[in-house]
Amino acid sequence: MGMLFSLFMVAALIVVAYAGVAVVNMQNLFGVVIPYAAIAIFLAGVILKVLKWSRSPVPFHIPTTCGQQKSLPWIKHSSTDNPQTTGGVIMRMALEIFLFRSLFRNIKSEVTDGRATYGSDKLLWLGGLAFHLTFFTVLIRHLRFFAEPVPAMINTIDALDGFMQIGVPHLLMSGVILVAAAAYLLWRRVGISQVKYISLAADYFPLFLIISIGLTGIIMRYFAKVDIVSVKKMTMGLVSLNPVVLSGVGSIFYIHMFLISVLLIYFPFSKLMHMGGVFLSPTRNLSNNSREKRHVNPWDYPVKVHTYEQYEDEFREKMKEAGIPVEKE
Amino acid sequence: MYNGGKIILGLIIFLALAAFPFYSNLGGSAKKAMPSLDTPVIQQLAVKECVKPGEYMKREHMKVLDQWRDEVVREGKREKILVGGREFEKSLQNGCMACHSNKEQFCAECHGYAGVKPYCWDCHLSGEGGQI
Repeated sequence: MGMLFSLFMVAALIVVAYAGVAVVNMQNLFGVVIPYAAIAIFLAGVILKVLKWSRSPVPFHIPTTCGQQKSLPWIKHSSTDNPQTTGGVIMRMALEIFLFRSLFRNIKSEVTDGRATYGSDKLLWLGGLAFHLTFFTVLIRHLRFFAEPVPAMINTIDALDGFMQIGVPHLLMSGVILVAAAAYLLWRRVGISQVKYISLAADYFPLFLIISIGLTGIIMRYFAKVDIVSVKKMTMGLVSLNPVVLSGVGSIFYIHMFLISVLLIYFPFSKLMHMGGVFLSPTRNLSNNSREKRHVNPWDYPVKVHTYEQYEDEFREKMKEAGIPVEKE
Repeated sequence: MYNGGKIILGLIIFLALAAFPFYSNLGGSAKKAMPSLDTPVIQQLAVKECVKPGEYMKREHMKVLDQWRDEVVREGKREKILVGGREFEKSLQNGCMACHSNKEQFCAECHGYAGVKPYCWDCHLSGEGGQI
């Protein structure tokens, strides 16, 4: 249900962009107004969401311990999986963010011959890592549309990405791997019944959206080519706050741009905010030093105490009358 | 706000990265790539016509070159192309660059603008008019 809903939503978005440009000629709306609105909502949304999170205290010291804690000198300490110091935490976070360390521990459980068996399952880690790294590469590569002159580093990345020199214009591997990895992540949600059971529209929608963005980009580069110079003039116009709309840029460009705008708008309100959330995960970003330092719950407020001495002072006479022993006469 | 310093530092880094295209282009002039057709050979042409219409060449010239390369180098089909009574050699240096002898103002103009680095010149000579 969620899957079909998401698929239809993305298809509808494509139809809206196509009709808006090819039928009713609203190039200005899809090429200028919506992209600007999307950028504004994305930046403001992400910042407000993180500020909102920052107002939540971490009541308990809850790092997940994934290795040997610092102990006696002759017991080997796992300094990144169970960090004791800030340096260890930085290493742990770097491994988590760049290499998805925790996903590397992913296991699957199966029943074989009537017995439960548990085994390593690296495919999700591999697919997730391939997806995120290539998405990042694609994003960086797109800076060629937002800088003039194009920085040499971007040209180098483009050359490395296309170093196999397959076809013209040369095939950029990151784009293909991005779509393939996203397709695998989608297949997981459809093909593995347990994962399908817990998948919601909010899981399918971003996948369909990103796959569509990737495919429209690939179509635009290799098949239904657009006038790339006009495209760059439009993108440069956007970022230099001098927007222009040029005729002769194919509808596919507007579809691509509209889907990206939708992704940016959707971003701060969805699970995609894990981009910011990974930095604010107390199970990862705290050091496991609770035996050395006391973690005080920031929620603690000064509690009014009424000690026994005060109690006795207050009720001494009544207690004596009732024959209850008192400590002070 | 808890851990305010670190969170605000993180947000500043996020903004610096995400808004990079905007502030790096502040006050920049919108340069326009205009491939020049002003070469001595093209000036003398009565009918300024390429092997395919300009709009097609703008998008698909790389396909044409790729196809020519395959036909000439791999299949030995070197017959010339006849367009509007003019013969074109299937060659980058002797065909295309016979007219478009201004590599810097013609090829490199858009390629540089769009950040495209074709590997034509890994092998081909880029001298004026295809001469060494």
